[in-house]
Amino acid sequence: MTQSRRDFLKSCGAMIVTFSSVSGGLLSAQGQGPFGTHPSHIDPSKLDSWLAVGNDGVITAYTGKCDFGQGILTAQSQLVAEELCVRLARVKLIQCDTSICPDQGTTSGSQSTPTNFNSENLALAAATAREAMLNLAAKKLGEPVENLTVADGVITGASGRHVRYEDLIGNKHFDLPLNAKAKRRFPADWTVLGKPIPSLDRTALMTGQFEFVHHVRVPGLLHGRVVRPPEIGATVVQVDEQSVRNVRGLVKVVVRKDFVGVVAETQHQATLAARQLAVHWSPGPELPPQKDFFDNLQKQPAHDTLSVNSQDVDARLADASKVIRARYTYPYQMHGSVGASCAVADVKPESATVWSATQSAYPTRSIVAKLLNMAIDKVRVIYVRGSGCYGLNGADAVSFDAAILSHAVGKPVRLQFSRQDEMMWENLGSACAVQLRAGLSHDGRIVAWDREDWVASLGNRPGYDQPGNVITGMLLGYEPELPKPGSAKPPTGKFRNQSNTVPSYFAGCIAGNCGGDGTIRSERALTHNVRSPFFTGPLRSPLRIQNTFANECFMDELCAHAMADPVAFRLLHLQNSRVIGVLNAAAQAAKWEARPSPKTAVSGRTLSGRGIACVAYEGNNGYSALVAEVDVDMETGTVQPRRFVVALDCGPISNPDGLRNQIEGGILQGMSRALVEEVTWNNKRMTSVDWETYNSLHLDYEMPTVEMVFVTPPDVPATGAGETAITVTPAAIGNAVFDATGARLRELPFSPQRVKAALVESAERAGKL
Amino acid sequence: MRQKVTLNVNGQRHVVEVDPETPLLFVLNDELGLRGPRFGCGMAQCGACTVIMRRQVVRSCVMPVSAVGQEEVTTLEGLGTPENPHPIQQAFIDEGAAQCGFCLSGVILTAKAVLDVKPDASDQEIRDSLGGVLCRCFAHTRMLRAIRKYAEAKRT
Repeated sequence: MTQSRRDFLKSCGAMIVTFSSVSGGLLSAQGQGPFGTHPSHIDPSKLDSWLAVGNDGVITAYTGKCDFGQGILTAQSQLVAEELCVRLARVKLIQCDTSICPDQGTTSGSQSTPTNFNSENLALAAATAREAMLNLAAKKLGEPVENLTVADGVITGASGRHVRYEDLIGNKHFDLPLNAKAKRRFPADWTVLGKPIPSLDRTALMTGQFEFVHHVRVPGLLHGRVVRPPEIGATVVQVDEQSVRNVRGLVKVVVRKDFVGVVAETQHQATLAARQLAVHWSPGPELPPQKDFFDNLQKQPAHDTLSVNSQDVDARLADASKVIRARYTYPYQMHGSVGASCAVADVKPESATVWSATQSAYPTRSIVAKLLNMAIDKVRVIYVRGSGCYGLNGADAVSFDAAILSHAVGKPVRLQFSRQDEMMWENLGSACAVQLRAGLSHDGRIVAWDREDWVASLGNRPGYDQPGNVITGMLLGYEPELPKPGSAKPPTGKFRNQSNTVPSYFAGCIAGNCGGDGTIRSERALTHNVRSPFFTGPLRSPLRIQNTFANECFMDELCAHAMADPVAFRLLHLQNSRVIGVLNAAAQAAKWEARPSPKTAVSGRTLSGRGIACVAYEGNNGYSALVAEVDVDMETGTVQPRRFVVALDCGPISNPDGLRNQIEGGILQGMSRALVEEVTWNNKRMTSVDWETYNSLHLDYEMPTVEMVFVTPPDVPATGAGETAITVTPAAIGNAVFDATGARLRELPFSPQRVKAALVESAERAGKL
Repeated sequence: MRQKVTLNVNGQRHVVEVDPETPLLFVLNDELGLRGPRFGCGMAQCGACTVIMRRQVVRSCVMPVSAVGQEEVTTLEGLGTPENPHPIQQAFIDEGAAQCGFCLSGVILTAKAVLDVKPDASDQEIRDSLGGVLCRCFAHTRMLRAIRKYAEAKRT
């Protein structure tokens, strides 16, 4: 880039940035597409698929990454405003409408920022558009591009003559491909991006005006409810329609294989009909006892995957001065959205529209088309935000169900799940057991580390063609995705950390190429995929939180055996500079006192301690280290976190306020998961089906303080951030409890009973020594 | 059986024709088109459907519309407008005290109700009043900060 070009890019940063706090226009998902663009022509390699300039000067941008409350609508609007040098209020972002937005798959996996903010997709489209308009202006004004400056969409030449974006391209196609060489604006010059701009949905939310999918109403709308089986695997024997004969306003009882639902004129009538409908179900299979679930899990037939195997761990462990063994278990947990899922579908003979809170608008379109036996391009899915989902909650299933009900009655149907429909049938976060062994040398270094985990899974996101991955599909007779057979052969190719299965301390060597974050070269990580009795699917930090809980607590155990300081001991086994960076930053911010854990010579009813944990999320998608300070009530076994200090490196930050909100919420959600959240069941069915039976920390909980430091190395791309801090939270809390009490918690959640048991065990062990 | 029911909601009188057993929430959402109170659980366990009646919070998902009578019902949108938000709404806007925002009726209206009755309520008392309110995004810290800010401004 020439210096003058750089100056230009800077100069558009000199404009006065203002923004509207009232975001009315941005909240509607029903916009006009790029002018004249046909649905089948949403080609992501074309600029017109991403961006259009209206005659009114409004920049309309189209994204396949949608906002569930994580702030990506605001951040993407900032991105477009930044690259195009316009006020934020001039940007209108349309998210995840399959008739007008590019297919970006699923909004998940901390991928929205890496996908749309670096060198491709939305960011590249906005940069391409700016350069294209500069070139047009250069011709129109008869001046070289280097002479041009731009402020709020007005391009001015050295002569003082100017032209507006809309004069150049208003309501017209660019007819250009995305230009891979289009220059992004430098973070140092940002004036809109990188600023803590208040989230655009804020005022509408706080004043009760915001439209959730639950509020979508279309003319002639009917209301539906589903009637689910009492237990997984139960099938319909008979549906007695006479049982609801007296329900006024009932339109239809819909039965399709094992799918049962009702449609009525009002919500109340639909609710009554669903409650009253007599369905005779065949019983499902017995469920494995919860008491020894993990012991049984480890005995089940498994499909195995080796992430890394140096093939010398047994030999090195035999030589070690000390070998430490432990098993960690992580329960099934729920997304547990506050709002039970809802969708509206309007299925006509030749077309269908579904208003859905799914994270996967395009995949949902494909599945709806499949279930209705309709051509894909006849189905439109319009994303409308639902209750926060944190992954695959009931939003996909309710969208499919609504389409089936609407199809059955030939009228638009709004389907509202009950609390039990939501909780009993969601795709849970996987239960997981991790067995670990490691050896220490005489001088207190880890010489070998061996790790095996057992992951229970059944189903997943439905993707484009697997409806059986969620309950609707199963009821209709589609098969769920089963654990994929693995070879358990030595891995080949590039090292991957496989959902943080591989601890950060492994060198990660495959055929001599070491792609891991650490220094331990005698290493093995083997995963056993086991069929789950319940549906599973991605829940915020899927498997990463489970694996990191085990890895980071076990690391703390090794550290205690080596009688080393937990920060220093980690640093001794790390080589990734960004993990090292956040670890040091967190320790410094927390005023970490270097000493081994546990504390010694402590007494009293309440003991305090501190713990640390760190992670490279998925190896390279964000880095965090968290210090937790907790109090432990030695009589009740209650763990009360008092303070969290987190250091985060996610590269350049799009919106610091949005990031803080995500990190704070993530850590506190992680704390709830660590302390109280656990799915329960008896021999027939799930028993945690509402907020009396599934625990979550309510608003009366005494929340700890959360302090944050951001580490941003120069010249790195943006990574995900919303799942990074939650990933280390359970481990940091567990390590802090150990520091306070000497008791090691290896089973999540850390209920008072489990803590008490660990305290007793720890006291007995101390007595024997 | 459908009956005419008169409701006073957010300062306006409405006549709706519904089954008197219909939960108030469904009437607010479906007949009056209000978006503040939302269906969370239908079991009075989470607070997403909260409204204020007789200066007290009520879970509208379990209250039959026939039980409302002539009482004034206030929903989240009844406090203030986007152009002129109520001070507690303004405090939430200033603090950015939400993520998905689905739970806000329970959080904002419960805090307002307790502070209306007891303006000098302590942090502990405010928190205790929120014991039945759930936020699964865990925006707790910002929410409590916003409530504290509102409470302090109200006192002075």
